[in-house]
Amino acid sequence: MNLFSKLYYKFRKFWKAIQLYLVIAGPGLVVMVADNDAGGITTYAATGAKYGYNLIWFLLLLIPVAYYVQEMTVRLGAVTKRGHAEAIFDGFGAFWGWFSLIDLMILDWLTLVTEFIGMTSALQIFGIPPWVTVAGVVALMGMIVLNGRYWTWEKIALLFCALNLIYIPGAFMVHPDVSAILKDGLVPNFPGGFNGELFFFLMANIGTTIAPWMLFFQQSAVVDKGMLEKDIPWGKFDTLLGATLTVVVAIFIVVVTGTVLKGVDIDSASQAAEHLLKTDHYVGTFMAIGLFDAGLLGAICISLASSWAFGEIFGWAHSLNQKIKEARWFYASYFFTLVTAGLVVLIPGAPLVLITLFVQVVAVTLLPAALVFLILLLNDKKHMGEYCNTLTENLIGGFIVVTIVVLSTLYGISVLFPQMFQ
Amino acid sequence: MVSSFYRLVRKIREINHRYSEPHIEMSRGVRISLLALRIYLVVLVGLIVYKFVMIVN
Repeated sequence: MNLFSKLYYKFRKFWKAIQLYLVIAGPGLVVMVADNDAGGITTYAATGAKYGYNLIWFLLLLIPVAYYVQEMTVRLGAVTKRGHAEAIFDGFGAFWGWFSLIDLMILDWLTLVTEFIGMTSALQIFGIPPWVTVAGVVALMGMIVLNGRYWTWEKIALLFCALNLIYIPGAFMVHPDVSAILKDGLVPNFPGGFNGELFFFLMANIGTTIAPWMLFFQQSAVVDKGMLEKDIPWGKFDTLLGATLTVVVAIFIVVVTGTVLKGVDIDSASQAAEHLLKTDHYVGTFMAIGLFDAGLLGAICISLASSWAFGEIFGWAHSLNQKIKEARWFYASYFFTLVTAGLVVLIPGAPLVLITLFVQVVAVTLLPAALVFLILLLNDKKHMGEYCNTLTENLIGGFIVVTIVVLSTLYGISVLFPQMFQ
Repeated sequence: MVSSFYRLVRKIREINHRYSEPHIEMSRGVRISLLALRIYLVVLVGLIVYKFVMIVN
């Protein structure tokens, strides 16, 4: 009887912890899974097709990288109750504030265009014309935000996060060689030697793991959700779970294309889906659905990141808990970025490839700045108090930030001057 | 339309005034970091402009 009561007590304690987590869960999970956006899916599909399972070990290294960067935004948001844009304005003055805000606006808008490119090309596989996709996505995203509650928006976003797991059954359906995955994938190696092309792929994978909008989005989401200092441990756990989940999904995408399309040059995820449809109808369909979902999830988060940032600085009401009448400018900027990005994809002959490349170049102008500001703000004892970075956190965070800055800069330069990395 | 534009300009001025001074403690580390960031961005923008000129030519 004593044993049963102890077990029951432990179960109750565990269940309460889960219930508490479910209340806090959201920002970390959503931002991390949304990181596997249309561009991310393309990068992972191309990585698998080019190098098979050989770079899975490298993807695993990205879990701590993503976690350590994003958990800082949780602490900053929960302690200061300010979004990242406002924190930069307040901490570093108007010059750096405007630089970050305008850069974020341009980058988010361009990234949003790439999400629409992914979504329209994914649904074109099923014969759906692009204008129907754009109209449907705008209507759907309108319905998601206009319900006037952050909670509802977050739970719908989590539902789309769950759909991102569609790559996992897809990977099992292609019957990959598990022993080859363990042998080639988990042991660090550089397939074909360390050359310019491999370096480009490694940089692209890092570039898709940490994006500037993620810092702004998660911190603003933490504030909008109303997280407090006491919620930080659960917020960190949420971020860790999200970081793990996003890399797991990435690995399963690599497994799918590494098994079926090894040796095929892949330029886009929709192209991978079309190739897969020829070999296995269901796996190809899963890839296309996953690509659409990734684009949608990315669009949901990216458009909000800009609107939150503008609301914080211009002093507009900027919460999903407010109705349209109460936060007119917040919703206006949300729909403006969404509709204009969608329309660009519909323009015949629009330079979509150039836009996709330009995103990576603009990202390297904002990412280092946002990361440096993040580290400096986390060391500001006056505002952060006991939640300031410790020496260990500074060493880990500093190392990660320097590595990301160097590699993402090289990635940006390789996009500008591709001949340098051949 | 014109009044909206003036309202926006007024708002931007107000923001510039509100955030005219950085509120983070400007230690030597912070100053060096911001200087390094400025240099980094100038070099990067220079590269982007150079690439743009090359494409135009």
